[in-house]
Amino acid sequence: MTESTFSRKDLIGVLTFAALILVVLPMALDPFRLNLVGKYLTYGFVALGLVLSWGDAGILSLGQGIFFGLGGYCMAMFLKLEASTPAATKIQSTPGIPDFMDWNQLTALPWFWRPFHSLAFTIAAVPLVPALLAFVIGLAMFKRRVGGTYFAIITQAIAAILTILIIGQQGYTGGVNGITDLRTLLGWDIRTDHAKLVLYFISGGLLIACLVAAQTVRRSKLGRILLAMREREDRVRFSGYDVANFKIFVFCVAAALAGIGGAMFTLQVGFMSPSFVGIVPSIELVIFAAVGGRSSLLGALYGTLLVNWAKTTFSEDLPQLWLLAMGAMFIAVVVLFPNGLAGLVQDRLAPLLARLRPQRPELQQVAPAAVDASNQGVAR
Amino acid sequence: MFMGYSLGDLGSILAMQGFAGLVLFSVFVLMALGLAIIFGQMGVINMAHGEFMILGAYVTFLCSRLFAAYLPGAFAVYFFLAIILAFCASGLLGMAVEWALIRHLYKRPLDTLLATWGLSLILQQVYRSIFGAREVGVELPGWMMGSTHLTSQIEIPINGLIVMALTTLITLAVYLLIFRAGWGRQVRAVTQNRAMASAVGIDTERVDRLTYGLGCGIAGVAGSAFTMIGSTSPTAGQLYIVDTFLVVVFGGAQSLIGTIASAFTISQARSTMEFFLSGSMAQVLVLLSVVGILMLRPQGLFVLKIRR
Amino acid sequence: MAQDRIDPPPSSALRRRLLQGMAALPAASLAPGLISRAARAAPATAAVNSTGLAVTDDAVTVGILHSITGTMAISETGSVEAEKLAISQINAEGGVLGRKINFIQEDGASDWPTFAEKAKKLLVKDKCAAVFGCWTSASRKAVLPVFEQYNGMLYYPTFYEGLEQSKNVIYTGQEATQQIIAGLDWVTKEKGAKTFYLLGSDYIWPRTSNKIARKHIENHMKGTRVVGEDYFPLGHTQFNSVINKMKLVKPDVIYAIIVGGSNVAFYKQLKAAGVDLSKQTLMTISVTEDEILGIGGENIAGAYACMKYFQSLQNPNNAKFVPAFKAMWGEKSVIGDVTQAAYLGPFLWKLTAEKAQSFDIDKIAAASPGVEFKGAPEGYVRIHPNHHLWSKTRVGRARTDGQYDVIYETADLMEPNPFPVGYQ
Repeated sequence: MTESTFSRKDLIGVLTFAALILVVLPMALDPFRLNLVGKYLTYGFVALGLVLSWGDAGILSLGQGIFFGLGGYCMAMFLKLEASTPAATKIQSTPGIPDFMDWNQLTALPWFWRPFHSLAFTIAAVPLVPALLAFVIGLAMFKRRVGGTYFAIITQAIAAILTILIIGQQGYTGGVNGITDLRTLLGWDIRTDHAKLVLYFISGGLLIACLVAAQTVRRSKLGRILLAMREREDRVRFSGYDVANFKIFVFCVAAALAGIGGAMFTLQVGFMSPSFVGIVPSIELVIFAAVGGRSSLLGALYGTLLVNWAKTTFSEDLPQLWLLAMGAMFIAVVVLFPNGLAGLVQDRLAPLLARLRPQRPELQQVAPAAVDASNQGVAR
Repeated sequence: MFMGYSLGDLGSILAMQGFAGLVLFSVFVLMALGLAIIFGQMGVINMAHGEFMILGAYVTFLCSRLFAAYLPGAFAVYFFLAIILAFCASGLLGMAVEWALIRHLYKRPLDTLLATWGLSLILQQVYRSIFGAREVGVELPGWMMGSTHLTSQIEIPINGLIVMALTTLITLAVYLLIFRAGWGRQVRAVTQNRAMASAVGIDTERVDRLTYGLGCGIAGVAGSAFTMIGSTSPTAGQLYIVDTFLVVVFGGAQSLIGTIASAFTISQARSTMEFFLSGSMAQVLVLLSVVGILMLRPQGLFVLKIRR
Repeated sequence: MAQDRIDPPPSSALRRRLLQGMAALPAASLAPGLISRAARAAPATAAVNSTGLAVTDDAVTVGILHSITGTMAISETGSVEAEKLAISQINAEGGVLGRKINFIQEDGASDWPTFAEKAKKLLVKDKCAAVFGCWTSASRKAVLPVFEQYNGMLYYPTFYEGLEQSKNVIYTGQEATQQIIAGLDWVTKEKGAKTFYLLGSDYIWPRTSNKIARKHIENHMKGTRVVGEDYFPLGHTQFNSVINKMKLVKPDVIYAIIVGGSNVAFYKQLKAAGVDLSKQTLMTISVTEDEILGIGGENIAGAYACMKYFQSLQNPNNAKFVPAFKAMWGEKSVIGDVTQAAYLGPFLWKLTAEKAQSFDIDKIAAASPGVEFKGAPEGYVRIHPNHHLWSKTRVGRARTDGQYDVIYETADLMEPNPFPVGYQ
């Protein structure tokens, strides 16, 4: 990518964010709070993916929890296998397999668990397994021009189905308890404060790397095609582009990002459970991005941090009010400021910058009613 | 597992199982109809559908308490009044929501998903504050919770009969309203071409509001009916929502016939498989087949041909 | 306001009472007992707290960690109420080691990572000397590593599947064998039951419990067999097919471990299908008085439940406990097995601290085995070296008013055995 595609403003934004995450917060917060921020950062990966797929390409997936969960489960499987050495599990009737398998009368490690003995395989699987599922879903949906609301609820149905599957197949997945009691990564105890600090910086660094990558995609020609697709899909199609392929690609990227987030989550929290896969967490992930601003990568990241910080703070004091506040926030963000915090900032800055560059929001308003009508349907 | 049972036994079980399948079908239709109407009409998914159902259930609960306290003589029939009140309460709330929220978002259908999800969080918390976090026991007239003997062996649950009757009634009413009444013509016109409908003088805003209210009202009726077969708690709406979405998605958007066909397919598959397999396994198999079919035919079973 | 005229407390009345209850806590703790006794008996803080817990000269801080929002709030509300009652009673009697108990309540929000996060907060930031909390196995599994890593003490109230034992947890509910075996023996002896149909929600507790039940039925009793076993996803609401299946198979006993909202659906549909529980024996280990509130007494009357505690239990301790609970939380409140087990937690901790003469977690853990609580509403309990409780098993029969008649109790305390040999 050339200098012109990655502007100075972008660079300043990324550097500010990096300074906040890697310098300011670690200095300002105690290890407990910092670990919480580390957890929020893992949701940031999902937010980045959502900006690309939802903000840019207009594909709203209400099933990002699936991919977050899959990435997390891949990592959890590796860690669980490492924790289930024959020595550590010798009281079981079959030593050497995870404890929940033993409780469910499994006597051998299932085939799909075996490759997760290898860290290299696991690291590859974390983004690839979610991306593969996204590819299958995307191929089926986008090739047939299914999109919009209908796509959103199908992803949601898949999230619900996957949850039931994971809970039901507890001999293979740990069921509703999930995969718990993860201790070490290649012999390195991930539960100590020091390890949490290291993992925090790894998460932060990875997130910034992903941010830069996403930024690059957006500023490239591909990014502009995505935007064009969101605004006038048929025109892009008539111009000779295969719209479905672009959609599948961006959906896979979003899934892979979510998977990385899930894996980092597992490492920091120490377990993975089906409660991340279902409908509720999936929608919460979307709202994190929406509050910050669905069409701004940095906005979505700040939004994710802010909403989660608010959630933790308020739910310590006023848990009842929190749900009301969360609901109100959903509605307010959607009805009053659809571009989220980033939109607010932009609107404030707009008068100053109005003469220097064309405004994106206006572009949206210009979009004629015909586009809106076509958004409703299945066949676009 | 069927060794050693007499033919009479098997026959009566078969009959009861067939009936159970029909009841499940009715339940699914009742759950999904309101959602499908709104989706078909406006392309809006009402994520608070479950909470509108629970509103109906709570209205029924209040009615039962009122009648028990003030009109014990009429307790046996309070349920019918409760159904009507549930329809009104959910319908009115639905119209209010449409007015306050949804109508601003018609140009952004994806955002209505999020807004109505926020609404569902708020409603859940409101129920919890008013009625408590625990389930409430809705007391029903004794005659509704019994069963009737067709033969000495075939017993038919009365609540199943009521659900079936109610579903038939409502489906019929919706059919008449949409395909026979003048208002229904307006609804269909708006569905097919909003701009054109507006141009010929149809008040599309009013049509939208009433349709939304109708969909929510039917959800309320469903909730009221489900006090006979399920639980009433602030989060009970979530129990039904997965099945509801599946039925609508599988049936194909914008097609009421599709919704009914899909409710029939899923309920019969589930009911039969649950009989022969474990309940959990049956659920998983049904869900997997639904996903499989959706991969092959993502538009759902039926697609309404609309010119865009 | 019609709503206020009909009597249900659910609405604002409950909340008002909740607030009153909370207000009563500090008031109760200022009762005269404290002033006189605290001054006399309180040992020096340095002596009872060598590990930096939140203990001052006149107060000690504990945590309460349950879901008060989300789907599990239905079940966990009773536990929170019982724990607050126990704490206020202990404070009224002079507290623990001469110190008043303050509690910090956190909401797990029915979300397991939130439980882990809040548990860590209670231990790391608030330095709680003990935490009373968790309800589901999943939440316990999520917090367990936190308690082990930061060396906290958790009092866990729910009956559960066993297969766990930790230095940092006292399990005040029954593990699976305590709840199952005596009940099966009783129903076989009293009802002459030969055939059993096992039902359950599809997760670890019902599955493990049914596994133990099956082993007991097939290997440890004579002439009995299992004729069917079915599981349903959590939240399942349609049971007509399995009810038909049971009508065909005609088991002597339906053994049901269905939880949550499914419970209500199951019993309503069972009744509607014409299954008369006065003729068909049904035994459950998952329906307490709390659940009957939602199911409706008229829908479950006649069913047998196997628990260690019923609200209707006749003994002097319970005669004091039930009125005290109702005075604090309202005349309409009911007390289920888990609620009572949650009530035990603070008392067991107090007794252990007094035995150890210390709040240090290691000393509490070491002193726990053998601690006995003679004032338990269920009668008498004692902590086993495996950190579970010795307690009796009882069978109750559901009445239409939502209470149980206690019709059987084991002569001796049942030994807790979280890793039962021969039942794996």
